Amino acid sequence: MATAIGAITHEKEGSGLWSWLTTVDHKRIGTVYAISGFLFFLLGGLEAVAVRTQLAVPNGTVLDAERYNQFFTMHALTMIFLAIMPMGAGFFNYFIPLQIGARDVAFPRLNALSLWVFLAGGFLLNSSFIIGGAPDGGWFGYAPLSGIQYAKTSGMTFYVVGLLTLGLSSLIASLNFAVTIINMRAPGMTMMRLPVFIWMTLVVVFLLILSLPVLTVGLLQLYFDRVWGTSFFSPSTGGDPILWQHLFWIFGHPEVYVLILPSMGIVSEVLPVMSRKPLFGYSAIVFAGAAIGFLGFGVWAHHMFTTGLGPVPQVVFSASTMAIGIPTGIKIFNWLGTMYGGSIRFVTATYFAVAFIALFTIGGISGVMHASPPVDTHHQDSYFVVAHLHYVLFGGAIMGIFAGIYYWFPKMTGRLLDETLGKISFWLIFIGMNLTFFPMHFLGLAGMPRRIYTYDADLGWDKWNMVATIGSYTIALGVLVFVINFLKTMRRPADAGNDPWGGATLEWSTSSPPPAHDFDVIPDVRDRDPLWYARDHNIAPAPVPEHLHIHMPPPSYYPLILGLGVLLLAIGAMSHLAVAALGVATAIFGVWGWALEPTD
Amino acid sequence: MAAATHETQHPTSTGIDSRKVLMWIFLASECLFFGSLISTYLIFKGDSISGPTPAEILNIPVTSASTFVLLMSSLTMVLAVYGAQHGRLGMMKAMLLATIVLGLGFLGFQAYEFASFVHEGLGLTTNQFGTTFFVLTGFHGTHVFVGVLYLLSLLLAANRRTGLGRERALHVDIAGLYWHFVDIVWIVIFTIVYLIPNN
Repeated sequence: MATAIGAITHEKEGSGLWSWLTTVDHKRIGTVYAISGFLFFLLGGLEAVAVRTQLAVPNGTVLDAERYNQFFTMHALTMIFLAIMPMGAGFFNYFIPLQIGARDVAFPRLNALSLWVFLAGGFLLNSSFIIGGAPDGGWFGYAPLSGIQYAKTSGMTFYVVGLLTLGLSSLIASLNFAVTIINMRAPGMTMMRLPVFIWMTLVVVFLLILSLPVLTVGLLQLYFDRVWGTSFFSPSTGGDPILWQHLFWIFGHPEVYVLILPSMGIVSEVLPVMSRKPLFGYSAIVFAGAAIGFLGFGVWAHHMFTTGLGPVPQVVFSASTMAIGIPTGIKIFNWLGTMYGGSIRFVTATYFAVAFIALFTIGGISGVMHASPPVDTHHQDSYFVVAHLHYVLFGGAIMGIFAGIYYWFPKMTGRLLDETLGKISFWLIFIGMNLTFFPMHFLGLAGMPRRIYTYDADLGWDKWNMVATIGSYTIALGVLVFVINFLKTMRRPADAGNDPWGGATLEWSTSSPPPAHDFDVIPDVRDRDPLWYARDHNIAPAPVPEHLHIHMPPPSYYPLILGLGVLLLAIGAMSHLAVAALGVATAIFGVWGWALEPTD
Repeated sequence: MAAATHETQHPTSTGIDSRKVLMWIFLASECLFFGSLISTYLIFKGDSISGPTPAEILNIPVTSASTFVLLMSSLTMVLAVYGAQHGRLGMMKAMLLATIVLGLGFLGFQAYEFASFVHEGLGLTTNQFGTTFFVLTGFHGTHVFVGVLYLLSLLLAANRRTGLGRERALHVDIAGLYWHFVDIVWIVIFTIVYLIPNN
């Protein structure tokens, strides 16, 4: 799909299935991540609606206890690992090269591999529903409940193997993006001229690179306990369940920053463009993001305040947890400062970005409340925490992702999503979200515990549970309106043009969607917000030479083969050694072919 | 700066080849991986209520010998990189082979040690020492084995008609990073598991 005259690429990008299965184009890979992530978001939403339907009235009969445990566990696993992270990965994949002025990521085949391993992990985890039952021990898999003595079905083994697979995918992608951002920036694109979205991505990938190995060790140890009879976490045979909690949360806390920072990056892109004003306090926002990443490794035990840690750890982790509110606050004020005095264009993307600020702040306030151990003693395992986490993850991460969708949709598809449907969808989601989760603060303080499949009628919880369930249906309606908007918009012609919003960053200098090779000419960057700099200084775009000699990496099926090897190894880890051995052999064949195939 | 590293297809922002940056960052994640395994070992140290204890079963003289073998393999690895950088292909191949042989020697010691421990009554599930010992050293040994396969593939590629190509110094250098890392992890494990007295 070359658009410049005479662009020479070795192969034109095909459009059949095989061309997609062997693609190494970051835009295609990003698109598959984004669509898969959204489909899993719908699946996780259905799981949530099922949970809310069960809890709408006391002594509900929609889901029995066993099913209920599977549904809330899979809802969390799906939303975190199969929806939010992959939708984030979709944006990273599509826009990192475009925003830094590169033609692709550092390792295009590794990029494809991370996609196939992600799909394998998502498939594997969900196949558990029909093979012995889904994981049912909560997304945090606390020992000893996760051990083979109490979790006798294969569900928690699916949990271990599924998360190991997904972790591998995330690690591979993170390594790739880290090298890309560090090493492949266009001339003049210094670190402090990078878009904030890229900075946030860099922090995210380092969080993952350093935290995933800890989770991996915990999961491997849980696997050994469940399958080979060791005693890492089972107290009856010398193990320590608190060790699991430490290993899990040393990953789990940085993970929540992994979930929110991309949306913070998106909001930092959308607000300046929609306010027609540069981002207020760029350096402060960048350093605050880095500080959040760094401090994020020092707060994990605030998830363990009720485990008897002792006064010294309690105080230390309480202090560090409260401290992390400071860089977050800096960002909030800088976003407000960006809008103040701007000429704001209130499109749907703006609505979602502004809602992000308000809702994430509410979530942050409830969070800092349970940063205090004595207060947390009342909040822990109650609906108050459910309220907090959904304000930051739905009100924060998801709203930010929707802002990104409305903002970047024209670049990815050449079409602008319909504004009327967008605003209807926004209000349904916004009102629904608050109806669902605000009452949970009251429910938590009134004593309703988490992760219970039903409750009695005389506890005073009936009214707010019903309200929350109605809220969840409202959200579902809002998401449905979005899906209708998407389908309707895709049937329109691709007439959005290169730059419908008057953007500041390099992706808006390409066509919509960009050609396979991204840039006809690699840009020369002189400042932050390069397009605004060029506009303000009357710098014309560089002339396109008559003949482009751009060699894009050719497609390859070795990532698919290696991905298959990983899937077989994972399946073998839950069934037969022979399958695992076949997986290893397939993987070795994949690596061998990959290493030897020509890359130009 | 390595003497004979060639430019990659396009210049990089740091001036360092992207594949080398990748290996360094990957090794950072490996630090956390082994750090978690070592922490687990330390947490359960002294917690075994029955079965062989470290003091009873660990053979420090023998393991010192295998540690020496692994350390020597890092020396031969350095020499292999030197050979690659200076176009001395005979030296490069010989030193790669030597590193592989020494690595296999270390693994041989590990296999012998595992087998003799099992024979003396220490298995994976015997006690907390057995569990943490075999998991920690087992994953380390797996990393050594992967390293051996990596070096073997480099040696085989070097023996093709086209050899390792113009980027041979880079490829051998990157493999060296991995190999030295695995060696350093062993030094830490050897110190913590074998050398620090167990009460």
